[in-house]
Amino acid sequence: MATKASKSAARLMMAPAVTLLLGWMLVPLTMTLYFSFADYRPLRATFEPWIGFDNYVRFTSSSSFWDAVTTTLVMVGSILAITVVLGILLALLLDKPIFGQGIVRILIISPFFVMPTVSALVWKNMMMDPVNGVFSHVSRFLGATPHDFLTQTPLFSIILIVSWQWLPFATLILLTAIQSLDGEQLEAAEMDGAPPLKRFWHIILPHLARAITIVILIQTIFLLAIFAEIFVTTQGSFGTRTLTYLVFQRVLESQNVGLGSAGGIIAVILANIIALFLMRAVGKNLDA
Amino acid sequence: MGHIKLNQITKSFGDVEVIPPLDLTIENGEFAVFVGPSGCGKSTLLRLIAGLEDVSSGHIEIDGRDVTDVPPAKRGLAMVFQSYALYPHMSVRKNIAFPLHMAGMDQAEQQRRVERAASVLNLTDYLDRRPGQLSGGQRQRVAIGRAIVREPAAFLFDEPLSNLDAALRHGMRMEIGELHQSLSTTMIYVTHDQVEAMTMADKIVVLRAGVIEQVGSPLDLYREPRNLFVAGFIGSPTMNLIEGDEARKHGAHTIGIRPEHIVPGDPDGAPWSGTVGLSEHLGSDTFLHVHGTGLTESITVRADGEVPLRHGDRVGLTPNAERIHRFDQAGLRIA
Ligand SMILES: Nc1ncnc2c1ncn2[C@@H]1O[C@H](COP(=O)(O)OP(=O)(O)OP(=O)(O)O)[C@@H](O)[C@H]1O
Ligand SMILES: [Mg+2]
Repeated sequence: MATKASKSAARLMMAPAVTLLLGWMLVPLTMTLYFSFADYRPLRATFEPWIGFDNYVRFTSSSSFWDAVTTTLVMVGSILAITVVLGILLALLLDKPIFGQGIVRILIISPFFVMPTVSALVWKNMMMDPVNGVFSHVSRFLGATPHDFLTQTPLFSIILIVSWQWLPFATLILLTAIQSLDGEQLEAAEMDGAPPLKRFWHIILPHLARAITIVILIQTIFLLAIFAEIFVTTQGSFGTRTLTYLVFQRVLESQNVGLGSAGGIIAVILANIIALFLMRAVGKNLDA
Repeated sequence: MGHIKLNQITKSFGDVEVIPPLDLTIENGEFAVFVGPSGCGKSTLLRLIAGLEDVSSGHIEIDGRDVTDVPPAKRGLAMVFQSYALYPHMSVRKNIAFPLHMAGMDQAEQQRRVERAASVLNLTDYLDRRPGQLSGGQRQRVAIGRAIVREPAAFLFDEPLSNLDAALRHGMRMEIGELHQSLSTTMIYVTHDQVEAMTMADKIVVLRAGVIEQVGSPLDLYREPRNLFVAGFIGSPTMNLIEGDEARKHGAHTIGIRPEHIVPGDPDGAPWSGTVGLSEHLGSDTFLHVHGTGLTESITVRADGEVPLRHGDRVGLTPNAERIHRFDQAGLRIA
């Protein structure tokens, strides 16, 4: 259907949506860009429209900036790894006919319906709390000292919480991909002498490549903006300050909109670099 | 080698018995065709032999070895699927080499075998393409290539040509036939097309609802169908089946006469007569559908390609008495 006529028709029909979206995104982006070059501190009634790259220099030269970049990359990378690997395993499992399949599927998808703030609070107070949390009860029952997740391993705890939230999404996308695999291909591979692990490696995984790419791209976009989970649990302390959170703190503590805007623009640039890199690395699967 | 023996095998899916106890032997080097209407269990039977389904009871032997509990890969059989089941992300070369790669064969030998299979199947120019970039016939050949490199004891084909157009199907039929001649490996071929069965088979196995109705060479089945089902299934156009008085005259409940064994002629003095309805002109032959004979609704007759009869003409029909098949009340052949 990729004729010239259908292409231009498609363009015409997409135009309103694209224009709206562009306006929607462009207005805030331009304003942020504008503020990032200004000395704008509303509480002190300071507004100087052009101070050059001062805000950028100030933002990047603080040691917490690079820490935040590292934390962000570690956090996003780990969550991606966990959700994709577990997502594939769960999808493989759910694809098999099991008892009560429908209910199991709904249960597995349910974390996705819980708001991030709520789920972070539930994890913090009901699961990970060193006194009353489920985990502490379990370890006391087993005779061990309870682990204080959010102080001893804060980054890991947040990774755990967010992975729990995003696992359903990955599972769902990967499950539909697995279900679209032609069963005869697997049977052919079986006849060709491929044992289950090799069938997974040579047939199922390549078939999933596209879905995995999509999961990674979409999740990255959302994961770079994690906020509520950090705000509710550690407030950015103990090495859990991501770039997003750093921007928030800067604006809040110094009431400096200019500085925060510069941080925001840097975050956008960074996200784009990561997205570009991901597209290059895995995007070739998209047009295979 | 490739002697396959099925011993009282059955298959049930849940409560549904798809294959009641069944015995069948396929000799080494034979081209056996399973034919029957849709849903009669042809694919199931083939998958049982391949090991993709477990038998519910009974035994399968290949070359004297009981393989009932042997996994598919270890049975030494290769299968060509109706959907081709090529691996879409691999090049044609990788597809064909896949079974060799899985067997851990060394690279040079893999290469050699792939090249040879490719030259036999006219695929040499396409080795570096993906399956998505090939035509239906080429894909079919890749699937066959993937089967022959393994040098299996027998090939299993499940309706391999049903996705191809008529001309290509004819071409591939010839190619598979020639492949069988040159490899002389056992082949089991599933189809619901009786023309394919007649043209390719050494041995035809006619199935109905999981039951073998008759086993024999194409000509055996053509000459001496064991029952009404086989009589109606083998041959194109189908045999004319006549009941009632005319059949009783021959001491049978039903008689059958093939269109090619009836001679059309002058209505006077002919044993049967009627009016020509639709006639199908194929060039070499004409098939006349004759109505109003008082025997059955319509009798199909093969006439010469340029027969001067047209719609509405009176025509006399003379059946070749030696070629009349007689069947009893239960539909079984009367010898
Ligand atoms: N996995 C299954 N579960 C339950 N019933 C099945 C299964 N596979 C096949 N059947 C049933 O077994 C019967 C035989 O199926 P089979 O696929 O062998 O038919 P076939 O002769 O190959 O038909 P076709 O010419 O349409 O391919 C059918 O009635 C079908 O519904
Ligand atoms: Mg079938």
